[in-house]
Amino acid sequence: MKQFSIFVKKECLHIWRDRRTLFILIWMPVVQIVIYGFALTNEVKNAKIAIFDQSKDDATVAITHEIAASRYFNLVKNLYSYKDIEATFRQGKIRLAVVFPKGFQNDLLHTNHAQIQLIADASDPNTANTLSNYATAIINDYQQTLTKDEKMPYTINTELRMLYNPELKGAYNFVPGVMALVLMLVCAMMTSIAIVREKELGTMEVILVSPLRPFWIIIAKTIPYLFVSMLNIACILLLCVYVLDVPVVGSLGLLIGESILFTITSLSIGILISNGAKTQQTAMFTSMMSLFLPTLLFSGFLFPVENMPLPLQIISNVVPAKWYYIIVKAVMIKGLGFMAIWKETLILIGMTLVLLFVSISKFKIRLA
Amino acid sequence: MRTLKFLLQKELRQILRDPSIFVILFIMPMIQLIILPLAADYEIKNINLGVVDHDHSEYSRRLINKIISSGYFRLKDYSATFSQGLHAIEQDKTDLLVEIPQQFERSLVAENEAKLLVAANSINGVKAGLGSAYIQSIIRDYNQEVRLQWIQFPRFDPQPTIEVTSSDWYNPNMNYRVFMVPGILVMLVTMIGSSFASNNIVREKEIGTIEQINVSPIKKTQFILGKLIPFWMLATTVLTVGLLIARIIYGIIPLGHYITIYVFASIYLLAILGLGLLMSTYAQTQQQSMLVSFFVTMIFNLLSGLYTPIESMPVWAQVITKLNPVSYFIEVMRMVVLKGSGLGDIKYHILALLGFAVFFNGWAILNYKKRSG
Repeated sequence: MKQFSIFVKKECLHIWRDRRTLFILIWMPVVQIVIYGFALTNEVKNAKIAIFDQSKDDATVAITHEIAASRYFNLVKNLYSYKDIEATFRQGKIRLAVVFPKGFQNDLLHTNHAQIQLIADASDPNTANTLSNYATAIINDYQQTLTKDEKMPYTINTELRMLYNPELKGAYNFVPGVMALVLMLVCAMMTSIAIVREKELGTMEVILVSPLRPFWIIIAKTIPYLFVSMLNIACILLLCVYVLDVPVVGSLGLLIGESILFTITSLSIGILISNGAKTQQTAMFTSMMSLFLPTLLFSGFLFPVENMPLPLQIISNVVPAKWYYIIVKAVMIKGLGFMAIWKETLILIGMTLVLLFVSISKFKIRLA
Repeated sequence: MRTLKFLLQKELRQILRDPSIFVILFIMPMIQLIILPLAADYEIKNINLGVVDHDHSEYSRRLINKIISSGYFRLKDYSATFSQGLHAIEQDKTDLLVEIPQQFERSLVAENEAKLLVAANSINGVKAGLGSAYIQSIIRDYNQEVRLQWIQFPRFDPQPTIEVTSSDWYNPNMNYRVFMVPGILVMLVTMIGSSFASNNIVREKEIGTIEQINVSPIKKTQFILGKLIPFWMLATTVLTVGLLIARIIYGIIPLGHYITIYVFASIYLLAILGLGLLMSTYAQTQQQSMLVSFFVTMIFNLLSGLYTPIESMPVWAQVITKLNPVSYFIEVMRMVVLKGSGLGDIKYHILALLGFAVFFNGWAILNYKKRSG
């Protein structure tokens, strides 16, 4: 036991004395939360648009004014020909062009029918859709002011209720994802690099001839990272509650328990990777390609899993982060209890046991 | 010049003799470029729908049929009560719940007004937003159908109407992959390039071979160039492989010239590799440099406009995107591939990146010291 604690102390010192790495380990989740929380939003606002007004009458000026005043749009350019539209799009300056035909107001007054053309840069389909919808809504509003308030017969009124996240904040979706990502990164990637580093530098030899059994050597390697990742989880949760205003609805104890379980899963993956890798570079790339990306892809927080082709949906089931993500979402945001997530928990425990068994039994005590 | 030649020879041999290099350079990017775009499909479809129909009338059935036949929704749950419907949302079985109240048909026909309730699981805000927008527009269409059934509209518009027609340029089929593949390719080239470069010098430090270089008659500039050029060649190869995959698998043929892409990419790579080397001159261990470069590329990628539009970001984040080489390349790549922009359209982007390249490489040369310790 004494030997073991000395080993743990050695590993802690490794991390503690590498201040740059420690600095990044602590700050990475914070920066991620801030970026995801404040900078990344699919909500469309201040989209740059241009107007090509061939009538220049009261009606078109009024509509232009309404559109420019909306917070979704930012009128940056007046165009004077169809060629202009093409050129402006090609320079990437605008996302939407509004075209008024000649004699707009005249048509509207005399035939009760006028046309407006919206041209969207659909290279980004969702944004193009949203922008066209917003512009159409503004034009419809203007039309309403013309018709005054004649009520339409046979009207269906739809009441819309947004559950769990009425303000449609992105944070509710990504906080659980960032937690999974950070734990994966800190535990799996850093542990695998730390172990391979000893191989590459040759210090592994010294460790292997020590009286401590290999099993305990590995455990000692992982313990400091367990601490760091717990610290990270605490940081994320605090930021989440006090900066992003996303409360922890369910039981905090359950959340922490599940997080520790997932940390152990990640640590065992790290050990497994370190078994196969000879250089730190290989360990790093293996973790990046086989852990970081699948976590990003298949956990469901960035990309909708249900849109993927069936083979990928099946693959997503072997990614531990997916299950952790479901658990965190259920406990933290929906406030459900253990009964709702016992299946997912069982899957994670199963994965962990298999990974631990494989990685420890494959750990080589002899240098090649 | 001769020194540089030998240095290049050494670096290339060192890289090419690493057996894992082939996998890292070719196999992994290929797999990613094939899988990522399949996964990164933001198009909102297949929304799981739950229905609670208290009315069981012809009208309510017609509405449900109309919603399902739109193609956006899949009927996954049909509950008798609202709380059962909510339970399905809680279990992630459904994303959206429509409740049709009793007397829906009668109040619509007799009282001219009927109510509907739509509840959405909005943990994923985008999905909830678009999903409820779709369903509302379907309900509006349905509403219009009902009206047409009961009212005879005159031939000319009785009230002023403005007809809005919208056209979608550059991607009329609204194909998400055409948008994502060029961006993902940029991300891949960036990740591979910068992590290799940032690892390289520090690896020599850690293994100790840097001592030999320090005592050789190699100038600082030659040393950095000797590191830069091989990685530049490798990253260009990865880009070429990527463009080929995009063409063969996704049928993405740039509207603009490949030359435009390569001209821009070569400058971009100088900048991003310079940044990697700079990080490498500061780092003491590989673990450190990997983590730092990972951290920096992560921020660059997130704030590059790859996933979310830059205009929607707050001002401080938009300032960062101006200082972020990745955002320039992603923008240029999309412009060239989708809109056919030429060198003239992207001249400011090129200037900005030249600036980055000079800055990072200059700093790296200044910071590389031949004296150890």
